[in-house]
This record gives sequence, structure tokens and C-alpha cells, in this order.
Amino acid sequence: MNLLLFSLFREKKRRRVVELTEKMVVDGGTCEWEGRWNHVKKFLERSGPFTHPDFEPSTESLQFMLETCKILVIGAGGLGCELLKDLALSSFRNIHVVDMDTIDVSNLNRQFLFRPKDIGRPKADVAADFINSRIPGCCVVPHFKKIQDLDETFYRQFHIIVCGLDSIVARRWMNGMLLSLLVYEDGVLDPGSIIPLIDGGTEGFKGNARVILPGMTACIDCTLELYPPQVNFPMCTIASMPRLPEHCIEYVRMLLWPKETPFGGRKSLGLIIIKFDMRLTRPLLTNGVVLDGDDPEHIQWVYQRSLERAAEFNITGVTYRLTQGVVKRIIPAVASTNAVIAAACATEVFKIASSAYISLNNYMVFNDVDGLYTYTFEAERKENCSACSQVPVDLHFSPSSKLQEVLDYLTESASLQMKSPAITASVEGKNKTLYLQSVASIEQRTRPNLSKTLKELGLTDRQELAVADVTTPQTMLFRLSFTS
Amino acid sequence: MAATNASKEQKYDRQLRLWGDHGQEALENAHVCLINATATGTEILKNLVLPGIGAFTIVDGHTVSGEDVGNNFFLSNNNIGKNRAQAATELLQELNSDVSGNYVEESPDKLLDNDPEFFHRFTVVIGVHLPESTCLRLGSVLWSASVPFLVCKTYGLIGYMRLVVQEHTVIESHPDNALEDLRLDQPFAEFKNHIQSYDLDSMAKKDHSHTPWVIVVAKYLAKWLSEHNSQPPKNYKEKEAFRQFIREGILKNENGVPEDEENFEEAIKNVNTALNPTKVPNSVEDLFNSEQCNNITSQSLSFWVMLRAVKDFVHKEGNGSLPVRGTIPDMIADSQKFINLQNVYREKAMQDAAAVSKHVECLLQSVGKPPESISEKDIKLFCKNASFLRVVRCRSLAEEYSVDSVNKDEITSCMDNPDSEMVFYLMLRAVDRFYQQHSRYPGVYNYQVEDDISKLKLCVNSLLQEYSLNVNIKDDYIHEFCRYGAAEPHTVAAFLGGSAAQEAIKIISHQFVPFSNTFIYNAMSQTSATLQL
Repeated sequence: MNLLLFSLFREKKRRRVVELTEKMVVDGGTCEWEGRWNHVKKFLERSGPFTHPDFEPSTESLQFMLETCKILVIGAGGLGCELLKDLALSSFRNIHVVDMDTIDVSNLNRQFLFRPKDIGRPKADVAADFINSRIPGCCVVPHFKKIQDLDETFYRQFHIIVCGLDSIVARRWMNGMLLSLLVYEDGVLDPGSIIPLIDGGTEGFKGNARVILPGMTACIDCTLELYPPQVNFPMCTIASMPRLPEHCIEYVRMLLWPKETPFGGRKSLGLIIIKFDMRLTRPLLTNGVVLDGDDPEHIQWVYQRSLERAAEFNITGVTYRLTQGVVKRIIPAVASTNAVIAAACATEVFKIASSAYISLNNYMVFNDVDGLYTYTFEAERKENCSACSQVPVDLHFSPSSKLQEVLDYLTESASLQMKSPAITASVEGKNKTLYLQSVASIEQRTRPNLSKTLKELGLTDRQELAVADVTTPQTMLFRLSFTS
Repeated sequence: MAATNASKEQKYDRQLRLWGDHGQEALENAHVCLINATATGTEILKNLVLPGIGAFTIVDGHTVSGEDVGNNFFLSNNNIGKNRAQAATELLQELNSDVSGNYVEESPDKLLDNDPEFFHRFTVVIGVHLPESTCLRLGSVLWSASVPFLVCKTYGLIGYMRLVVQEHTVIESHPDNALEDLRLDQPFAEFKNHIQSYDLDSMAKKDHSHTPWVIVVAKYLAKWLSEHNSQPPKNYKEKEAFRQFIREGILKNENGVPEDEENFEEAIKNVNTALNPTKVPNSVEDLFNSEQCNNITSQSLSFWVMLRAVKDFVHKEGNGSLPVRGTIPDMIADSQKFINLQNVYREKAMQDAAAVSKHVECLLQSVGKPPESISEKDIKLFCKNASFLRVVRCRSLAEEYSVDSVNKDEITSCMDNPDSEMVFYLMLRAVDRFYQQHSRYPGVYNYQVEDDISKLKLCVNSLLQEYSLNVNIKDDYIHEFCRYGAAEPHTVAAFLGGSAAQEAIKIISHQFVPFSNTFIYNAMSQTSATLQL
């Protein structure tokens, strides 16, 4: 199957190289110097015993890499900065980078394209500027946007997309976007519509790099169980039985802050909603200033109150650093791990673009806590993957189950892990929104449906439910399978 | 201008959470030497400058070539013709104003000829793309001076690292999956008393459901022991029975239906590990038996003095066990019960550390050193990490390269699989040999590739013969290494850059465990191996 993909890649290459050779002559190559690409050329112009079966050594390949190949880098942070450097020094010139963040002082220990003077500026812009000025001829185009702000016409233009994201939700969205670009003719996948996705992730001294060929190899959702949902502390522990300093900090963040609304705002009246999404770093507030983990005054307030809470229960260990870590859900990070994982990803981009070698098949993990450890394996496609199997996933519920149970399953199941799914279905010929959380007025209107049974809602066996969620750009289809 | 402490804390926040303020201090006091500012070299240094090492010095006699600029982020095309050490220092220095960068426009061979003690001042020396003879000379100087030496090379799609350090001690190894130190099999007196203060049978439901699982297991274990001739559950069958025994202790409501007691569920889940016998880990026993531990002198490092003190403690107050660690995992319990239990372990840990302290004092006295030479803080940290102590010892390069002491076993057993990463080590050795003979690397120019294959094969064969290695190296690898033409692709250099930098940080900070002693990375297959050579 890989052979088809690569031969199509080369077809794309051959057609464009002709156009380009002309372009190069006109340009005159002002940003080249003698020997510049010697290290790269050996892999493009020489045959060898371990190259990809489709590989043909050629002096034109370098032109393809320099002039035609278009790479998209998602994220200009720890991995993104490294990726941009690695790609630029591997003869890629047409690079786009997307990042919605601005630069923070805590980025500077590893995001080496940024300096103290850049704090507050968009990462994508600063990263692009730096690379373009350091690597003559390289043209990085920045996009200070969320990935969701760009559409399929944007993503379709790239040969390869490489992600250096810090969020599983974003990864799944990207995964879904590339799956949505796939073209099937008579049930057969058109290899030309496949855009390889290289995905890297790091956390402290651990990291992983994987190669995804959408529609062909395991996708992000196929292996969702590798990222088990983050377990948060039980509410009763936080509210009445703290044991660890972390519990004290969560108490202040989730319960005390909304109650006391420091730094302005009216005090909230009545009960505080206890069961809300604990993954949000900001409590849901209808009045009052939202806790900002980046505001030292806010963190100081939380820290002091946490110390008081801890003292009540004779708990030691609350520090300012711990407070900030808990409030912002900080993941420790160093330059070295990001360098390793980005390098592995960039190597794969090079292999795929040049067909020089067979690419990683398909998942590598890395850990350098004790010596250096790597493990490489082939992640398998999941037969009934909710993202890439193209077959609606079965949902098994009895007709007397409440809609709330279906909602809980969508959010809590390890294989789905949705965030705030919106469920619609065709009832009596009309499209009906059963429940939607993200728009307040619709949430209010559809909330009563949660306590109704599926039968009461007019749903039938084998009926399709369409579910939208932040984890996917396209609606996911499910099929209700009634149990007795 | 050096940043203020507050802004440094902010800048380094994400890494301080990994190695702490004391780890950062060690980094800021370190002076790293890099030899040869190739892409591999500058990538390694970048990952040391960013986290804030105190200073670096680049030693490089080469001038910058067009090829150098092409794969190196820290060289620009207007550096061509200038000395490479100077050019790279400028752009590396620019990464972090907290770091002080220096350069010496000299080849390492010259320095070894004229001033080998130049290298004694460094915390660690990183040698990149050194010819074999230079590498061995430098290795010998650094070995005698006890300066850690990290040898790195990117050759085509292969990355290579060799750590050369005589003895590197690690107190804070930060193991990923540490077993808890709960002493359920041999409860110390204060723990026994604490357990006795509970009477599960007479407790109100709220208290019963919020009793820490450690107490629950302890109680049921005591009952079991009294009914089984003081024999704890040993095999799967007995452990199952024990789990069932605990399960029967779950309170039932008036209809006889078991209540929801999460603490009891935790107890049942933890039976397996809870019943692990408390013993000194083999790795620590080995350290106890080592020469450095048994022969404490005034030259002994604090590590060995403290280790000996712990050993003496084990044989005396510890009754065969290490000092109590003092930490317990979180568990379902009300605050007071948990804190009280935690305090039992904490206080015992403090007691044990104080006993170890006394032994430290005695030892220091016996070799004529003041008791303050080793702080209470250090002794406490040592005791807390007693189960996780590690010592890394690497053979010298001389030993690796000598025909008399080459590690034939390691090489031949790995090469049972002719595609194991060991083949790349042998190829790198063969390539070095080629360089020695021909003053160039194989296949650098296109026209050389084919002819060099047979020349390189001769080097391979002479290598295998010299060391009497009865292994087979496939022709494909010889061809591949000619194809590489000593290329240094940036992505492979960058992978090694991250790997080597972190190993250097481990050496400098004495936290986390360095590899030993040879690491090979294969970018073709994205695999790696650590070899002992």
C-alpha cells in the first residue's frame, strides 16, 4: 500500500520539477553557496542498499525539496521551534506554521527562536521571522490562528503535515481533518488524497513520534486508549477530606475562588455547581473575575488561601511553585526531549518527501530517565475506530436508558473521550437537536432531554445519531443498537 | 547582564520542576567543553546553553566551510573562512545571556601536545567527530584527571555516543516505578502501636470507610498470621484467600448487601505489593560490598561515607532493613487518619536518619574530618533515596580499544543478529581505521563511492582480525557506509544533540541515571541500543 502512495508522490514531483527547473534558472539562486546542501545530497543522489524500493537517485530531488515540497508545522512551541529548524536545514523551504499562542517567559528555556524582548508576541510570527533570517532562502509563512480557524482548502495544499501539539483534543481534530480530505472512488481510497501526518509529543523526559497515513495506518483515535483520560481528584476529597497539598490548592481554585470572587465581581449567590468539567483551568462563573494562572497576583492569592486550608488539616508541602503547577496543570519540559522527538519527526518528513528510506512503521517511544530507551512498534488500526473506520460506531443502550447515559458514555469511554458532544438525530423525518452544551440557550432548551429515555425521545433501533465535538472537525456517526 | 533570581525562576520554571533548585545550581556552576563545532556539537551545546549552564568553551581549529553552514544552525554564510569555534560561540552565546561562552581556536591535538592540563578545569568534556588517535589521547588525559568525557558522532543516519567516566554516583535517580516502603511485613514498634489504636470491628461506618488501606491490610494480616502459624500469604491461592478475607470485612447494610467502601477496595487491590517482603535491593547490597564502601578514607566522597553509614545502620538499628523512606502514597481516608499515619512513617524516617547521622559522624571522626563535612540535609536526602542509589562505572577507552581487554562477548553475542545495532559500532570503528590509513573518510565524493567499498571492506576485515572477532558483517552495511560519505544530516545531529545534552546534564547534576557506556541510534529504523564495550 505504501508503494502506491510514494509513486503518486513522485508523480506530483516529476510534473513540478519541469516547471521549477525553469524557475531556478530565472532566479539565479542568490541564497546558495558552494557545498550548502552536501550533507543532504548524498541521500538524494546516491543509490544504496537500504533505500525505499521506489527510490531513484536524482539531482532533481533536491530541487523538489527546495522549491516544491510544502510542509505544514502545527505548533511553534517546544517541538515547533525544533521542527522548523530541522526542516529548514534539511532543504525544505516552503513551510507554513500555525500557532494560536503568544510567547511567555517560561517558554524561553527551550523555545529557542524566542528572546525576552519577544514576550507577548505571537509565536508563529516570531518563529517564522527568526528562521527566515537565519536560514537564507527559507520561507516560513506564519499563521497566528487556531487550527480550527483554517479550512480544508488550506490543509489540502500540503504534502506532509507535522504536529508538535500539547493537546490531545487538537491532535484528534487534525486527525479528523485529514481523514475528511480522503477521497474514495467506488470504495477504493485514492492515494493522492492522503496527506501523511507525523505527530510528536513530549512530557518531561518522555516522548513519542509516530507516522500516520490517514485511511491506511492507525490514526490518533485508533490508539486513543494510549492516552487514558486524566484522573482528577474526587470532589469529596477536595471539599471535605484533603490529604495532600494538591487537594488544598484545588479546593481554593474550584470552591473558594468562585465563592469569594477576589479581584472584583459580585459574589455568586446560591449553590456552586459541583459537577463541572474539571479539566477546565477556569471554573464556570457567571459573575466575578476568572482565575488567571498567568497572573502572579491571582496565584499569590490562591497560594495564601491554600496555606490556610492546609494548616487547618495539618498538611505540609504547599509551595508557590506547586500552587502554580496545579492551577495551570503545568507539565515539566526541557530542551533535550523536544530536540530528540522533533528530530525523529523531521527525519520521517525527509524520508517521506524524498522516498530515500522506508518511513517509521509507525510509533516510537523515547525515555531518558534511566539511560536512553527507545521502543518502536506498529500501532494497529482499530476495526471500529470512531474516526477512521468509516463505519458508524454502535451504541448499545436499552430503549429505557436516559439520554444522560448516552452522553456519559460518549465523554467517559476510553475509546471516545469526547469533551462536550452535541447530539442530533432524525426523528419523524425532522432533524432534531437532542442535546447541545456549547450554546447557553440551546443547552437550556435541550437539558430536559437528558432525563428522558431514548424511547420517549422518539428514537428507534438501528437509528443513526450524529455527534459533533471539539475532538473532530466532522460529525461522527453512531448507530443505536437497542438491547432488550 | 545576569537576570535577577525571580526572572530566572520564571524562565527555568519548567525544568526546575524536574531537577529542582539544587540541580539548577549544579548546572549554573558547570563549565562544559565542546570540541568541534560541527552541527552535532552545536546542537548538543544549544541544549545545554538553553537550560543555563554556567559556561562553555568551544575548542576547534577548523575554519568554517560552505558545507558546515549548510547543516548548522549556529553558523552563517558570512562566517565562511573564519575559525569555527569563534563563529559558533557567537550564535550560541546569543541564546542565553545567563551563560558565558568562550572559544579556543586550536585543534585538540595541539592542546594535548602543549597544555593537556587545559582540560582539567571542565565539569565535562564533549568530543565530537574526533579522529581515533585524538580521541584515545584525550580519553587518557581525562581519565587520569577524573573528568567525565562524552564522545559523540553523527555518521550518515547513525548516531553514536560513548560515556567515559570512572565512577559516577547518583543519589537522586528518580525511578519511574518505585515500590512503596510500607513495612507491612515487619511493622516497626511505632507502626504496630498505631495499628493497634484502631479497632475496625467497633468503628462507626464513616470511620470504617475512611480508614487508610494500609491499616486495613495490617489488621487483616495480623489476624491471618495468628491463624496461619505466623506465615504470611505466599502463593496466588493464599493471596486470593487473603483478598477474600479482607472483602468479607466490608460492612454490610441491614439487608446484608455490602456497602460501598472504596478504602477496602484499595486494600484488596494493593495486597500484592503490600505483601512484598522488605529487603535491601540487590543493587544496594552490591554497593555495600564494594571496595569504596568498605574502605573509608579521608579521600572518600560523601556518597561512600553515607553509604557506609547506612550499611552500618542496616546491620544495627535497622535490623537488616534500610532507613524508613518516610513517604506514603495517597489513599482514601479522612484527613486526620491519613495525616496521622503519614506522621508515623515520617517520624520513623527522621529517627532512622538521625541514627545514620551518628554513624556518619563516627566515620568522619575516624578519618579525621569534622562532622559538619556532611550536612543533615544531605544525610536525610540520602536516606530517603537509599533504595534507589546508583553508581555508574564505565571502562576507559583504552580498555575498550585494547586487544587484550576488548569486550568480545558483548560484540559476538549481539552480532548473532547481524542486523543488530552492534554492526554500526563495528562500521564506525572500520571507518576510523579507513581515515587513519587514507587521511579521509570513505565515499565523500561521488566518484569515490564504488572504489571505496572494497577499501572499506579491507578495513573491516583487518579490524575483525585484529580483535579476533568471529562475526560476519554484511556487504550492505559496507556499501551503506560508503554511501554516507561522512555526511552529517541535521536531523540525526539534532537527535544526538538532545540525547547527549541530557546525559551531560545528568553527569553535572548527579540526578537521573546516565547510560553506560555506548549508545547507538539508527535513524533508518528509528531504533537504538545501549552497549557495554
